[in-house]
Formats: sequence, structure tokens, C-alpha cells
Amino acid sequence: MSGHSNWPEWIYVAVVICLLVYVGAEAWNVERLVEHTPAEAEVIKVTGQQWFWTFEHADGTKEIGELHLKKGKPYKFDITAKDVNHAFNIHDYVILQDAIVGRINTAWFVPDKAGEYTIQCREYCGLLHYNMRGILIVEE
Amino acid sequence: MVLELQKPRPIWQIMFSTHHTDIGLLYTITSIAFFFMGGALALGIRAELFLPGTQIIADSMTFNRMFTVHGTTLIFLFLLPFASGVGNYFVPIMIRYKDMAYPKLNAIAFWMIPPGGALIWLGMADFTWYATPPYSAIRAPGPAADMWIFALKILGVSSVLGAINFIVTILKCKHPDLPLSKIPLLAWSFLTSSMIVLVAIPSFAAALVMLLTDRLGVTGFFDPTKGGDPIAYQHLFWFTFHPEVYVLVIPAIGMMYEIIPRFSRKPIFSHSSGVFAFVVLSIVSFSSWAHHMYATGMSFTEKTVFMIGTLAAVPASGMHVFNFIATMWGGRIKFATPMMWSIGGIALFFSAGAGGVANAAMPFDFITHDSYWVVGHFHLFVMGTIAFGSIGFLYYMFPFITGRMYNETWGKVHFIMAFIGTVMVFFTQHVLGLYGMPRRVYDYMPLPEYIVMNQIASVGAMIIGASMVIWLINMIYSAGKGKEANMDDPWGLGGKYYFPHQAKNPHH
Ligand code: HEM
Ligand SMILES: [Cu+2]
Ligand SMILES: [Cu+2]
Repeated sequence: MSGHSNWPEWIYVAVVICLLVYVGAEAWNVERLVEHTPAEAEVIKVTGQQWFWTFEHADGTKEIGELHLKKGKPYKFDITAKDVNHAFNIHDYVILQDAIVGRINTAWFVPDKAGEYTIQCREYCGLLHYNMRGILIVEE
Repeated sequence: MVLELQKPRPIWQIMFSTHHTDIGLLYTITSIAFFFMGGALALGIRAELFLPGTQIIADSMTFNRMFTVHGTTLIFLFLLPFASGVGNYFVPIMIRYKDMAYPKLNAIAFWMIPPGGALIWLGMADFTWYATPPYSAIRAPGPAADMWIFALKILGVSSVLGAINFIVTILKCKHPDLPLSKIPLLAWSFLTSSMIVLVAIPSFAAALVMLLTDRLGVTGFFDPTKGGDPIAYQHLFWFTFHPEVYVLVIPAIGMMYEIIPRFSRKPIFSHSSGVFAFVVLSIVSFSSWAHHMYATGMSFTEKTVFMIGTLAAVPASGMHVFNFIATMWGGRIKFATPMMWSIGGIALFFSAGAGGVANAAMPFDFITHDSYWVVGHFHLFVMGTIAFGSIGFLYYMFPFITGRMYNETWGKVHFIMAFIGTVMVFFTQHVLGLYGMPRRVYDYMPLPEYIVMNQIASVGAMIIGASMVIWLINMIYSAGKGKEANMDDPWGLGGKYYFPHQAKNPHH
């Protein structure tokens, strides 16, 4: 050290480290809770392709661009893609997972309010990426 | 080189020179030219997003090409070459050697940049600055995409050559009386960032070749239909480019270490903690690359590891901020233009870092990832911190290069406008991200909150654009007609400078 005492800097570093540990621990804990998919969740297969979304319900019915779900029921999305990478996003419910060819990524949620929500693609996928939207319709 | 305009030389003499100050000049001017070209694209992007619907850009393909070339240009053709320019001017002087260790290699590294830039600009690829497969491998239109791949290959080699040169110059050519621990922090910043380059670049270099052969159809490294794995590309890419962000920011911090003590008329608070923080950053920068990939379906454990790795870089960044503030504390600060840019840059560095911590916290990243938040986050670094540091440093070098002073009032106007504009654009973009607006979109839903935020951002961008025009005029006018600078002490600060103009150029 250049001749003078440096303790304020080390106190500052210690404070920063404490804050970071707090943020990290909190993040770890929340992520652990939200990743725990309930066993009874109904599986919806989600497929992204240039430039629309296809949904397949557990009973085999398919929807394109629209997804009808029931309020209060847990759902699990099995997300994949047909051509290039996309990202399945329902921002209002903090659902975000990449849709990748040859992989199945999962996310789950319980829609708790009836209404319409935007489904969008959040990974660049070419020409009409900006318009690759769908609607989630949550029914009573 | 110096006093170029007072003692003119034929341009080819500068172009074919291998002297470090001439190469420094070439790097500086080239990078500033690309800064204005890339900036013009940004203004086009912001004008298009001023309102939903089509404004000035006819189709989304053009828009996609514009933001791809914008990002590629400003990172690879402005920030990196500008830093190399500063390094070329100052590193040999700071370590007391007559030139860079390998002058010819130095010239070659520079001359790889114009062809790289030409390939990027003539091609206009559309696959974003990270060229993710499968899109980049099977869908992105050629020849633009292939030209981009070749360009990045060339620019990568140029970076590696430059890095080798800096490392050898600093370690092997420094004056024997000068211990490594005593060399100025600006030179340290080039040593540490060059080390990162050497370790980081190879993985992307490999990925580029694989991507090219995938495009040619002879391999399927990243093509799942041929048994390849597109995620592998993302790992190779981010293993290079997370550390690369520190390659960008470390020299900018080094530039601030040159300016802050000088304009505070006080020695740096702690030289050794600056060195320590640089070295720590250059190591921990390798522990966090996959924080860009939380949403690709990583396991909980992987996400946790990379979150910790990311947070680990924060204390060292914080030490630099502390060092700056402690240096200014109690100093007789002269708020000349270079100092204002540095202080503004530190303030934005701090806000950007806070946003980065939030990103790194994994549940929150599922709100921000690939939304406008991320655009706001990294622009606070690349524009708010690195470009601010660089622009301030160019003001600082100006008298040493031209022998004249820039116009101080217009320099301050430039700073104030750019600062206001930067806050308007990039803080608003954080909020847009929280509202869920995806990035890289040509159009957005006409929600009132989207429209307001986009308009604030677009107005801010125009303010930045106007300020940069003022800058350009100030530079050009002052280079020819500005007041003669007092070359011993252009700002009247007292103390000892590093004098790039005293470097002995054999051509003078
Ligand atoms: C040192 C200067 C920094 C620069 C130049 C920088 C630059 C960037 C860039 C360019 C991206 C986005 C890449 C893209 O998707 O196009 C990014 C994303 C990110 N940065 Fe930084 N960054 C810096 C510091 C930090 C710090 C200190 C942290 C955390 C403590 C951080 C955390 C993140 C995270 C977590 C992301 C991913 C966000 C996402 O895509 O969801 N960054 N940064
Ligand atoms: Cu998309
Ligand atoms: Cu990163």
C-alpha cells in the first residue's frame, strides 16, 4: 500500500461482500422454490417455429397461436422448437424458457386470474421474430 | 506522432509507419470513424422505435441487419481499436521503451481492422452480434453471414496479435529500473486485459470455424438435426465474450486512473489496490460466462454456480469505484472536460453494476433476460462507462496529438448532453424490460407504457446524436484553429504528465 492505511477500503469491500452474499442466498432460495414443479401439474407441449407457437394439451387437442387454460390449475410446459431457437415467454407470469430443437425445457405455473395475456418469443429467430406472439386465455 | 497538423507529413508516411504513435493515431482515427458509423445506425433504430408500426425502416430484415452491424461495429471496430490506440500511445512511454516490442506485428494488427470492418459493413448480416445457431447455421442469409464470420475471424486474430504485443512490451521491454509493481495503472490495465484476450479468444475462434463449416453443410456441430448441439455454441461464445466485456472495461478504467488523480491534483488513493483489482477481475471474469444462458434449460446447480461466479466479480469492480472516489476526496478537483467524462463514467459504471447484480440473481433474470433490460444494462457499461471513459480520454490526448486545445465550453456541453441522453435512453430501457418488451424487435405492441418509454429513449438517443455532432465539429475545428496548447501542462494542473508528443518518431 502506498504508505497510508487502507482500512476504509477493506471495510467497504466487506460490506459489498455481505450484500452480495445476501442477494445470492435470497436468489438461491427463491429459485429453489419456483423450480419445484407440482406432481399434479397438467402437461402442455409447446412448440416454437418460425414464427408461431403450437400448443398440445394432455388430451391431444392442439391449438395454434392461442392457449386456453383453466384458472387455479397447475400447468407444466414442455417447451421445444422445430427450426431455430425461440424463447417461450408469458411475461405476466414470469414464464421464460428457451425453445431449442432437440431439447425439452420445462416451466410451470398456476394461472391465478382469468383474462388474456400475451405470449411472445423472446429469443431472436429471424424475419418476423418481433411478431411471434400468441394469446393465453385463462378461463374461470 | 504528434503535432501532425503543425508539421504535416504525407499521409502514406503515417499509413506505412510502424512507429507506435503513428499506429496509435491510425487506431484512434479509424475507431472514431466507426463510432460515428455505428452511432448513425443506432439513431435509425431509435427513430424506427419512436412509435409502433413502420416509421423509417421499410422492413424488419433491414432493421435486423442494422442492429447486428450496430453492435458488432461498436464493440469490435470502436471500443477495442480505440483502446489499442490509447495503449499504443501510452504503454511504451509509461514503461520507458522506444516503441512496442514488435512494431511490424503492431502495424499488421492494425491493418487487419479495415478489411474486417469492410466485410461487416458490405455484408450487413442479420443474426445479431452473437450469431447463435441453428439460425446462423441454417437460416441466416449469405453471403452477409459468411462475410461476418470471416470479419470476426480477422478481428479476433488482430486482437490476439495486439495482446501479445502489449504483454511482451510490458513484461520484457520495460525499463530495468522500473519494477512491474510501479508501472502506471493504465499500463497495468493493458497487461491484464491482454492476458484475458489470450485465454478467452480461442473458444470463439473455434466456434466460428465450426459455424462456417456448418453453414457450408459439411458438418453439423451445432445442428440438432445432424446430431449437433446448439447450446455448445453458446458456451463457446460466452466463454469468450463474458471475459471480453472486461477486456473492454479494464482499459477504460485504466484511462480513468490516468485522468482522475491528475485532475484531482492528488496521487491515486491506492496504486496497489488498483493493480490487485485488475488482476482479480482478469481471473474471475472467467467464472461467469453461462449467466447469459440461464434460460437455455440449465440445471439448478449450474445456475447457482454461475450466479456465484458472477457475483464474485463485483467486489473487485467496486474497489475501482472506491479508489476513484477516495482519490477525488479532498482533492483540488479541476472540472475540465476529460474529468467530467470520467466522473460521469464512474457514476454510470456504478448504476450498471447494480443492474448486473440484479441480472445475476437467477430468478430475476427470468424477468430481464432477452428483454430491453439487458440492452439497458450493457449499454450503461459499453456507452456509459467505456465510451465515456474513451471520449474523455480523447479530450485528454487532444492537445498532445494536435498541439492545440479543444474548446472547453463545447466540450462541457457535449458531456452534459451525452450524459442526459444516456440516462434517458438506458435507464428507460431497464424499465421497458420490466414491462416485458423483448429486445431485437422491429415493432412492439401499442401499449401506452411501451410507447412513452420508447419515446423517451428515442429522444435521449437524438440528444446523444446531437452532442456527438458538436464533438466532431469541436475536434475538427480545434485541430486546425484551436488555441495553441501549453504543451508542458495543457490544463494548468502542475505535476508530471506522460508526454506522447515527446516520443521520438523517426519521421520527425
Ligand atoms: C464490466 C462491464 C460489463 C459489460 C461491458 C457488460 C456487458 C454485458 C453485455 C454485452 C451483456 C449482454 C449480452 C447480450 O445478451 O447481448 C451483458 C449481460 C449480462 N451482464 Fe453484463 N456487463 C458488464 C458487467 C456486468 C456485471 C458486473 C455483472 C454482474 C454482477 C453483469 C451481469 C450480467 C448478466 C447476468 C447478464 C445476462 C443478462 C441476460 O441476458 O439475461 N455484467 N453484460
Ligand atoms: Cu423469436
Ligand atoms: Cu456476461
